[in-house]
Amino acid sequence: MLYREAGQFKASYAEDQQIFAIRQDRIAVGALLVFAFVVVPLVANQYWLSAILTPLLIFALAAIGLNILTGYAGQLSLGTAAFMAVGAFAAYNFVLRVPGIPILVAFVLAGICAALVGILFGLPSLRIKGFYLAVATLAAQFFVVWALTKFGWFSNNSSSGVISAQKIEILGYTVDTPAGKYLFTLTIVAVLALAAKNLVRSSTGRAWMAVRDMDVAASVIGIRLMQTKLSAFAISSAYCGVAGALYAFAYLGTVEPEGFNLDMSFRVLFMVIIGGVGSILGSFLGAAFIVLLPIFLNTAAPLIEHGLGLQMPPGFMSNLELIVFGALIVFFLAVEPHGLARLWQIGKEKLRLWPFPH
Amino acid sequence: MSFFFEVLIGGLLSGVMYSLVALGFVLIYKASGVFNFAQGAMVFFAALTFVGFLEMGVWFWFAFALTLGAMVVLGLATERIVLRPLVNQPQISLFMATIGLTFVLEGLAQLLWGSQPHGLDIGIQDEPLGWISDATGMNISKFDLAAAGIAAALVTSLALFFSRTRIGRALRAVADDHQAALAVGIPLQQIWGIVWTVAGFVALVAGMLWGARNGVQFALTFLALKALPVLILGGFESIPGAIVGGLIIGASEKLAEVYLGPYVGGGIEGWFPYVLALLFLLVRPEGLFGEKHIDRV
Repeated sequence: MLYREAGQFKASYAEDQQIFAIRQDRIAVGALLVFAFVVVPLVANQYWLSAILTPLLIFALAAIGLNILTGYAGQLSLGTAAFMAVGAFAAYNFVLRVPGIPILVAFVLAGICAALVGILFGLPSLRIKGFYLAVATLAAQFFVVWALTKFGWFSNNSSSGVISAQKIEILGYTVDTPAGKYLFTLTIVAVLALAAKNLVRSSTGRAWMAVRDMDVAASVIGIRLMQTKLSAFAISSAYCGVAGALYAFAYLGTVEPEGFNLDMSFRVLFMVIIGGVGSILGSFLGAAFIVLLPIFLNTAAPLIEHGLGLQMPPGFMSNLELIVFGALIVFFLAVEPHGLARLWQIGKEKLRLWPFPH
Repeated sequence: MSFFFEVLIGGLLSGVMYSLVALGFVLIYKASGVFNFAQGAMVFFAALTFVGFLEMGVWFWFAFALTLGAMVVLGLATERIVLRPLVNQPQISLFMATIGLTFVLEGLAQLLWGSQPHGLDIGIQDEPLGWISDATGMNISKFDLAAAGIAAALVTSLALFFSRTRIGRALRAVADDHQAALAVGIPLQQIWGIVWTVAGFVALVAGMLWGARNGVQFALTFLALKALPVLILGGFESIPGAIVGGLIIGASEKLAEVYLGPYVGGGIEGWFPYVLALLFLLVRPEGLFGEKHIDRV
């Protein structure tokens, strides 16, 4: 029994509605934020910051975006990477073509651009459902990548659409160290995650969930389907767009449209599924799992190789990695279909009573 | 005008090839409600295994039988390991599981047979038929015609199998309602095993034809992406839909590439089928031949 909510009374509506209603939860989240903002940049080395933690946060943001659409509003989408690409290229173009634009404003505008594209490709959702819609979102995936490659204007006429993101400058201070980029990413992700958490508890979020559970019933009780579905597409795409902009500006620096391919969409979808459909926390857990797994396999493989004294043929490991990755996904779906977030919840409920049986 | 017809016929014939892949999807969706994304990987796996046996010097039909055996084992294993633990899960979970299966199959195929591309010769040349080009001036590939013939034979036999045999009726019963089928004593797991086996067989045929045409290489897995617009156009549950959808997609894709492509800079084959299918869906949300769903609260 680590802690429980006994004795913490709520005396006002504000207290009743806060996200973390238990004091210990608030302390834990505060400690986590302090840890992420202060301790990690001091302790972690360059590799961890720039190759693991930054992409992890960026993908977590994209996963939150997809989770809003798929987990909360129930519209399956396979075009996440396309919306990320829109965000990345929009941010690049705003910084390039509008002199002196603050980077954060460019990011916000990039999010809005992605939202508009999202609404456009979300329009079919008013008429088609389920897998038909999923396949329809593939149209977004292929069309956006094709358009960004084909029309030189988007990439300032560079060959095959490759763009090099500009430097991140905030109030005259240039963010170019791994720690700086990590903190920049972390700040944006933390703010947006908090916003998402509040959004899904609001009337908008409840309308999304009603539509997810059954859209005919939702419309019968007076929820406007068009508004609800399109707002889910818009906000989800905006999140993905900002994630894409971060991907270009804070993580890779140089991106091409082909980098935002279907594989990437699937990776984000895996994060949502493995993390937990319809859970903001799950988005982070899923992103951590998918980002860390290949790194773990890569590190573990040579150890096994040495341990067994085997000489693996080239390409063996990458194929084995594919197999393990696929098998783990199937395993997770079979064992815990509600994802890591559910495991976390079960763990919390168990700890609430532990070590007493009742 | 004869150029137009040449493009049209070429498109229709390549559409038949798309239908072959789409057929595998439809079979599994009809009988188990699973949207099997791994169909493309199955095609790749089957083609690579077949070529692998051929290059070991195995006789053509014996290699065919061996590969078919491998596909049967694969189908049964999929049913046992992937699908059975996921019974009663939402469709999206099953769909995700088949994406996982895609990774496993791609890895496994390359692990067993290596990742370099192979050529495959099944004894039909990809050359224009002489008498047609003499008579009309159009070039129509002998290979494409043969592929269309094989596809037609396959579809006819599958349609007969589905409508005339005992197993076919059981399949349709399972597709209609799992629980009701179980209640009247249809062995669900056996039926699923059969469906996956048949899908494996279709994958093998598609893999052989596509492999003979473009070479057996990793790009075969992307066939699934070619087949998806065919599916949504034709409807997920319909075998004729897969055929008609394939023909429409094949023909319009080629015509669009030739007549529309130059205006927008070409390369539109990747997304045009999807946009076309999307426009179709706006008119008929369940595809051309899909079953109409009535929503009740």
